Amino acid sequence: MDRRRFFRILGAGGLLGLLKAKAQGLPWTEETFAPTKTLGAPLAEYGERSPFEAGVVRYISPNLRTRHSGASFAPLEKLEGVITPNGLHFERHHAGAPQVDPRHYRLVIHGMVERPLVLTLEDLKRFPSVTRTYFIECAGNGQNGYRNPPDPELTATRSRGLASNASWTGVPLALLLKEAGVKPGARWLIPEGMDAAMYTRSLPLEKAMEDVLVAYAQNGEALRPEQGYPVRLVVPGWEGSIQVKWLRRILVTDLPAMAKDETSEYTDVTADGRVLAFTWVMEPQSIITYPSGGQRVQPGFHEIRGLAWSGFGRIAKVEVSFDEGRTWRKAVLEPPVEPYAFVRFKLPWYWDGKEVVLWSRAWDEKGNTQPTREEFFRRWSRNNRYHYNAIQAWRILPDGRVVNGDRPLGQGAFGPVGPVGGCGGEVLDV
Amino acid sequence: MFRRALAWGALLAALGLALAARYGLGTPISEELARQYDLRPVVLPDGRGLPPGEGRVEEGQRIYAQKCASCHGENGEGYPFNRLVSEPFPITPDTEPVEYAIGNYWPYATTLFDYIRRAMPFGQGGTLTDEEVYHLVAFLLYMNGIVDAGTPVNLPQIRMPARELLELDPEAKRRFPWLTLP
Repeated sequence: MDRRRFFRILGAGGLLGLLKAKAQGLPWTEETFAPTKTLGAPLAEYGERSPFEAGVVRYISPNLRTRHSGASFAPLEKLEGVITPNGLHFERHHAGAPQVDPRHYRLVIHGMVERPLVLTLEDLKRFPSVTRTYFIECAGNGQNGYRNPPDPELTATRSRGLASNASWTGVPLALLLKEAGVKPGARWLIPEGMDAAMYTRSLPLEKAMEDVLVAYAQNGEALRPEQGYPVRLVVPGWEGSIQVKWLRRILVTDLPAMAKDETSEYTDVTADGRVLAFTWVMEPQSIITYPSGGQRVQPGFHEIRGLAWSGFGRIAKVEVSFDEGRTWRKAVLEPPVEPYAFVRFKLPWYWDGKEVVLWSRAWDEKGNTQPTREEFFRRWSRNNRYHYNAIQAWRILPDGRVVNGDRPLGQGAFGPVGPVGGCGGEVLDV
Repeated sequence: MFRRALAWGALLAALGLALAARYGLGTPISEELARQYDLRPVVLPDGRGLPPGEGRVEEGQRIYAQKCASCHGENGEGYPFNRLVSEPFPITPDTEPVEYAIGNYWPYATTLFDYIRRAMPFGQGGTLTDEEVYHLVAFLLYMNGIVDAGTPVNLPQIRMPARELLELDPEAKRRFPWLTLP
């Protein structure tokens, strides 16, 4: 049976069942018992999610001019816990996700090293391994916040879905560099991808020696192709764009490359008109995923749920405000609270049916927190494109609909569409 | 006999220590082999990685029309993809991000050579010869008012207008005090 037919029958049966149930005044339908009457699906070699969950997908902007460059957003408000399932991890690439045959995969480390090395995937897997949970966040996450006036239809996905969190397994880059023997005077690594853009960035050697992973597994299975199969860099706490995927080469050198994606993009414009390079560290973020934009709630009990993370380390606390920042209530953090990883926050709440605006803000262990929109734009220019981490507000209307609660900004607006581009994936970008 | 065994033992122990720092995994290769693997060498801002050669604006214009204009506009004005040409002044607070282009936002001319050779045309990276890349770079710098036609171009020595605005992120500076921008 094809899927469409399956759903049609399902829909008709469900509807009939509901009508019948209503007529009889029962709090269930005939369909409630249906699964007990037939054999279920047989064993399967690779598990698929329920067809009823087919609507939980990444968001791809309809405005993109190509799907071979840009981004897809993780559907944050449709996920629970902190681990992003592999099929829903946000994507960002510059020339499509290449298909790499692991038998032919090679990583070369060369430049200012004693022993230039070529490594196979098998070689990499023989090194001592490390498994850690880290978020990866695109520098363009939050980019819709640059729109003015704010987009009323904004969802949590489109607000902060260019971030995901996974358990990564790999070999510490430090071990590979020791194996090759870094020569004195070396300061920089230029990792290069094997995609059709041969994407490069510059990474300080010190960070590599600290905690960078050359990862080959994601949540227990091999990396997904769009996450760099078979091998990518994972650079804890730093912007996603430096975590080079499909890693084919690392040049050890004494200067940064000043590559296209660390000069013409992924640089940040300050409110006083300077352009900052190497804005690597991701500042604290939080997003309420329930209730959030596009959802609808009933009066009564709700558990406010959300995600928080910071590139400076662990989340120390998350606060929720019901009065646009005048007073704050501390949310509960679901353990474990790990450095450079998503943490789930929760707050029990009773909605009385009156219009209300919800804010959340994260604090990390270094004392950093999220600014309001007004504070954010005192620091960064309206025509900046990246690192937007201002508080996201959700407004709950009396009818229970949840809409973007961000307030419009004053003078200096870019009009109804707002500045676009960069890696937000909402509009054109290569 | 005993003494000889002791000497061998000491030698083996020393070897073991030397090896202990490494795992002996991967295959060492010569610099020459590494160069063969290096399909599109990284161009550093001091000019390392640049091949010998020189660009001519008219040649660049011809190649641009053929291989670039369909994505970046006849004169680099953009659409459907990124704008490449704008005034040779750095951006101001009123410049919309879609207007960011080589003349007003790119801080290093060497990046142009590196990126065009590496990734352009979209999906056909690596198909341009070094000479063609030089011509295109000359044309794009000319269109942005940064160089004159007919003047030889030395990429590492060009001071791009946007370089005036570029500063190091204070957090990067705090973590890596040795760090400076080229």
